[in-house]
Amino acid sequence: MKELKLMKGNEAIAEGAIRCGCDGYFGYPITPQSEILEHLMAEKPYEKTGMVVLQAESEVASINMVYGGAAVGKRVMTTSSSPGVSLMQEGLSYIAGAELPALVVNVVRGGPGLGTIQPSQADYFQSVKGGGHGDYRLITLAPASVQEMYDFVELGFDLAFKYRNPVMILSDGIIGQVMEKVEVGDYKPRWTDDYIVKTYPWAATGKPKSRNHNIITSLQLESDKQEKVNLRLQAKYKECEANEVRYETFQTEDAEYLLIAYGSSARICQKVLQLARKEGIKVGLIRPITLWPFPKQIIHDIGIKTKGILNVEMNAGQMIEDVKLAVECKVPVKHYGRFGGIVPTPSEILNALKNL
Amino acid sequence: MTREEIIKPENLVYKKSSVLTDNVMHYCPGCGHGLVHRIIAEVIEEMDIQDKTIGVAPVGCAVLAYNYFDVDFIEAAHGRAPALGTAISRLYPNHFVFTYQGDGDLAAIGTAETIHACNRGENMTMIFVNNGIYGMTGGQMAPTTLEGMKTSTSPYGRDLSIMGNPLKITELIAQLPGALYVTRQAVYTPALARKCKKAIRQAFENQKLKQGTSFVEIVSNCNSGWKLSPVKSNEWLEQNMLPFYPLGDLKNNK
Amino acid sequence: MTEEIIIAGFGGQGVLSMGKILAYSGVMQNKEVSWMPSYGPEMRGGTSNVTVIISDERISSPCLNQFDTAIILNQPSMDKFENSVKPGGLLIYDPNGITTHPTRKDINIYQIAAAEEASKIGIAKLFNMIVLGGFLKIKPLVTDEFLKKGLEKSLPARHHGLIPENIKAVEVGKEILKPYHTL
Repeated sequence: MKELKLMKGNEAIAEGAIRCGCDGYFGYPITPQSEILEHLMAEKPYEKTGMVVLQAESEVASINMVYGGAAVGKRVMTTSSSPGVSLMQEGLSYIAGAELPALVVNVVRGGPGLGTIQPSQADYFQSVKGGGHGDYRLITLAPASVQEMYDFVELGFDLAFKYRNPVMILSDGIIGQVMEKVEVGDYKPRWTDDYIVKTYPWAATGKPKSRNHNIITSLQLESDKQEKVNLRLQAKYKECEANEVRYETFQTEDAEYLLIAYGSSARICQKVLQLARKEGIKVGLIRPITLWPFPKQIIHDIGIKTKGILNVEMNAGQMIEDVKLAVECKVPVKHYGRFGGIVPTPSEILNALKNL
Repeated sequence: MTREEIIKPENLVYKKSSVLTDNVMHYCPGCGHGLVHRIIAEVIEEMDIQDKTIGVAPVGCAVLAYNYFDVDFIEAAHGRAPALGTAISRLYPNHFVFTYQGDGDLAAIGTAETIHACNRGENMTMIFVNNGIYGMTGGQMAPTTLEGMKTSTSPYGRDLSIMGNPLKITELIAQLPGALYVTRQAVYTPALARKCKKAIRQAFENQKLKQGTSFVEIVSNCNSGWKLSPVKSNEWLEQNMLPFYPLGDLKNNK
Repeated sequence: MTEEIIIAGFGGQGVLSMGKILAYSGVMQNKEVSWMPSYGPEMRGGTSNVTVIISDERISSPCLNQFDTAIILNQPSMDKFENSVKPGGLLIYDPNGITTHPTRKDINIYQIAAAEEASKIGIAKLFNMIVLGGFLKIKPLVTDEFLKKGLEKSLPARHHGLIPENIKAVEVGKEILKPYHTL
């Protein structure tokens, strides 16, 4: 049965985890996402579903606990904010290299360094271009509402297990802190150990006589073997690009101009759309939901029919590189962004749009 | 007597544990790792827990440990094995989980994970092979390198005023309330190897109690890194390592 | 209908919880809602504000720079938000501690002496509910029935005994609201 709740985005992540049957959460407090661990501890999911919740000694430990949990076939996750996610990059690279499913949430704050605790989208590059070492990709989901924070936890686990690849929910301080209406589902039971053994035969669940031992590793000392691993990863990423692109469009049918924004910036841009349309400016909006794989095709198809594109992010212009590649520089693409934790107002974005 | 006449069941005095694979170990001749592997494998075999055992390998000489144990194994990032072990033992509370780490892995880069896992009392067995040097990367100074000991990054001997002190991490672990059993062993003589096996057996048996972490240090040699023959390195171990890292139980709360 | 509200004051005045009660009442009445707090160092007793949006439609931006209503409870918030009220919009403020009164002529301005009234009748903790009452008198976005349900949802069960007092404070607010400048 569906139930309506008013929740913060961060609380919705925690609630989504408990209710979708997540097996384990390992995390370390950091603003602006500490409500996730707080909500989990308050809800005592270890009594409700048997979910393990542990406050680790660091983000480094958290991501490696996730690595351990993922290696044994469990649905495990961690959450953090920018500086903490930087600490997790090593672990993420290992998880990607060992081809394990895992879910990581980054409630982004301003940087670099200790930066600020206010909202930002400055970790786009880190999420979609790598972050850690080696040639790997994170499937990156960008929620723009509290409902999506809730829904993307289960979606994230589904994608992670489908592709045996880490999934990043790239949120920010606004979506983490805002309270909105959320429709929550029933508590789904966690997978049984038998189910894991049957469904995910790669998992290191303990070696029975009937099979060889399972080894989870990202190490290949011989370069021809490592190249094979890389080729397999690239093939998997191609499949992701073919099947998992997600986006949303707003009033693009008659658009002469196009806004492109994700996450909370896309929410602000929806307001810009209202204001601009009132003034007779024919503008549409594309909101990438998956930042990787990036919705290149739709941005190309709609973008090249417009007179110009305004890319809006709370950073110095990161996604704009992918937007320019998508439209093959056939139309002008400009960037508007604020950073350091400053949230752009609808009016200043409207002005930037008028100056395109 | 022919070969065939010798190989008969009644003549059998020793055989490789069924929990070890047939892969040829890459360890240097005389290195203690092979023995420690054998002991762990025998304990798993004797306890009949192969299907419920999950191992976590380090970065260091034992990085390929997963090739030698015929149990499910995970290769951790450098120093993070106790974090992986934490999650695995909590997610499979009735399994047997062991980590296998060297001194650089456990007592330098992974000190935080080591101490916190033991302090929380994670229900697992931690095997710590201490040879006072970074073997795999070519003999650099380790956190446990003794004063005056020459390594490639302390070529004139470890100078405490510049390089700091060797770390007795096992003594630190013994202070932690979560640590149930903390012991220091060696394997360079048959008698010590038998004693070490008893300790490792107890560490694995302890997991049935779910009362905390069992931590077994094995003071071992690195003849390549120490630039000594196997025999000489064992003598050096006895004369230099053991006075600083004395053998015996540091804590046994079982 | 979409109502975009900023509530701003000192930390500890109940700004966030007042917004939450309003938002939860909106949820109960089947509206779309959004509650976006300022967060961070403000939590430690400095200025605090929350943007609450209640709408019949999907809400666009939870962060705004123009509001239909500003509810202002201290001078720094007056300085910051008086000019953020849309022309024709509403500003409600508690004159307690206000040294520079609002000067806009293109909006409706009301005073609510909630701090004074709350301490007079001995319900200092319900100061924010008095303010909420004043707002609901001008903009009855949620009915009393749903306000009560909103309180039930947003207060922990152990405080449900206090709901009648809360409702009473809302009524007090409706009574003491005074026009300061109206169009």
